[in-house]
Amino acid sequence: MRRLTFDTLRVLPVGAYVTLCYGFIFLPVAVLVLFSFQDGTLPVPPFKGVSLQWYERVFESRRVMDALWNSISVAVLSSAVATALGFLAAYGLARHRLPGSGAMQWLMMAPISVSYLIIGMGLLITYNEVGVPKSLLGLGIGHVVINLPITFGILYSQMGAHQANIERAARDLGAAEWQVLLLVSVPMLWPALIAGFCLSFTLSWDEFIIAFFVTRFDVTLPVEIWSMLRTGLNPMTNAAGTLVFFISMLLVVIVELSLLRRRRRNA
Amino acid sequence: MARVAGRRARALPRIGAETARGWGFLLPGVLWTIAFFVLPLAIMVLYSFWQRVGSVLVTDFTTANYERFFAQTALTKALTNSLEVTAITVVVSVLLAYPLAYILAYHVPRRWQRIALVLAILPFWTSYLVRSYSWLLVLAEGGIVNSALLGLGLIDEPIPMAHNRGATILGFVHFFTMLLTLTIFANLVQIPRNYRLAAADLGASRLKVFLRVTLPLSLPGVAVGAFLTFVIAIGDFITPQILGGNKELLMPQAIMLQIGRRGDFPMATAMGLILMLVVTAVFLACARWLKMERV
Repeated sequence: MRRLTFDTLRVLPVGAYVTLCYGFIFLPVAVLVLFSFQDGTLPVPPFKGVSLQWYERVFESRRVMDALWNSISVAVLSSAVATALGFLAAYGLARHRLPGSGAMQWLMMAPISVSYLIIGMGLLITYNEVGVPKSLLGLGIGHVVINLPITFGILYSQMGAHQANIERAARDLGAAEWQVLLLVSVPMLWPALIAGFCLSFTLSWDEFIIAFFVTRFDVTLPVEIWSMLRTGLNPMTNAAGTLVFFISMLLVVIVELSLLRRRRRNA
Repeated sequence: MARVAGRRARALPRIGAETARGWGFLLPGVLWTIAFFVLPLAIMVLYSFWQRVGSVLVTDFTTANYERFFAQTALTKALTNSLEVTAITVVVSVLLAYPLAYILAYHVPRRWQRIALVLAILPFWTSYLVRSYSWLLVLAEGGIVNSALLGLGLIDEPIPMAHNRGATILGFVHFFTMLLTLTIFANLVQIPRNYRLAAADLGASRLKVFLRVTLPLSLPGVAVGAFLTFVIAIGDFITPQILGGNKELLMPQAIMLQIGRRGDFPMATAMGLILMLVVTAVFLACARWLKMERV
């Protein structure tokens, strides 16, 4: 009996704390999703009933749909480039003894410590100086810059000695360098490649300030949502936000599953 | 052919062709970073020493932007506001996240751990912009909190909760509690269980085990998370703009004003670089402090 009271005393505050934290963490998202179904014009209480009208409005909006498509294109392409460049650089550094490799590693990781605001401003000024107009291409270039440290960091940390041995074996069996890379290294590092790609995708997908700086007529979804915010609280913004939330969730699930599979294989 | 293979097997020739090939792999990424990261930063530094006079860009070297920044209290106030808000954010987020990460790491059964962690940081993955907006729904005059308080009869008039410093900090704390929970958790689960068991066996109380073993060993995770929080929060424009409003400006808002309202890029770059230097200084101070702690 004493044991029981002691446990309750210990568990109760812990449980209460966890509940409070989860409540705090999920409160805004829950409100966002709930009021995206609001049957009325204000996304605040009272909740007047379930309606899909705001989702209809989102899907009917040409601007939102264009922005959605732009966001996906920029995210897919920039993440693919960032993953490829990050992979090659990690391979070069992990598998070859290079003079100045410490400095190169530092250089590759450097953009991670600088605010997107500053990176965006720098790109805008540079494009102005060189005479490149504001465009999605310019934005994609910027997203590769911010994602390269991440893909590089993930892949570099995953390139261990056991993979180097397998690569050496392939080389001894007569594989050319490109064959080693594509047929041996890539399949071995597949989970890390997927994780790097998906993480890049979510960061590009969500990135606002660089997009705000370097795009003008064709914009991405965060910039479009930003201009929707100017109209004040609006259930349509909730609906668009909820859609963005679920697309991001989908990616998180993919990353989780691919990492899970790797852990199982390693175990 | 056999001779070539034999030479490779000895794995000695790591110079010449081998090095060149390594550079070949490394080069695309390095060049990209130089062209689109280092070069823009260099141009920014250059710009910050130019000046906008009227609507003309004067390209003579001058420190006028930096002088103007430190001479105008409105601008230095933006920097101190940013530092205050970010400092409060870091402290509150660490205090909230540490117990949560601790409970997740040591009190949640292993098979539930992963799912509990993923859940704890799930909204971390929602759009940053949308997350700030959704706090507005909670804090607005007709929002959830005010409606609840009015409904319960606790207040007669809605309390203005959005568009002030508190709202900005709340939005920040929400985001960074999740980030810190992740970094601290990752650190806690790496501490070998034996260390704590050994300390307990040698007669240390629970509190003492925590203070003398767990806490010191988990400080790197706290430091990494706190530094990330600091860097991201101090450079963020969205949260203060949406939740804080325009009454009290933070540094990124002040920078955006220079660009948006005045088109004054030299001033904006100077302010951006000042912000970058502050971040670097804090980083060096943190690194030094951590090193001292370890000794």
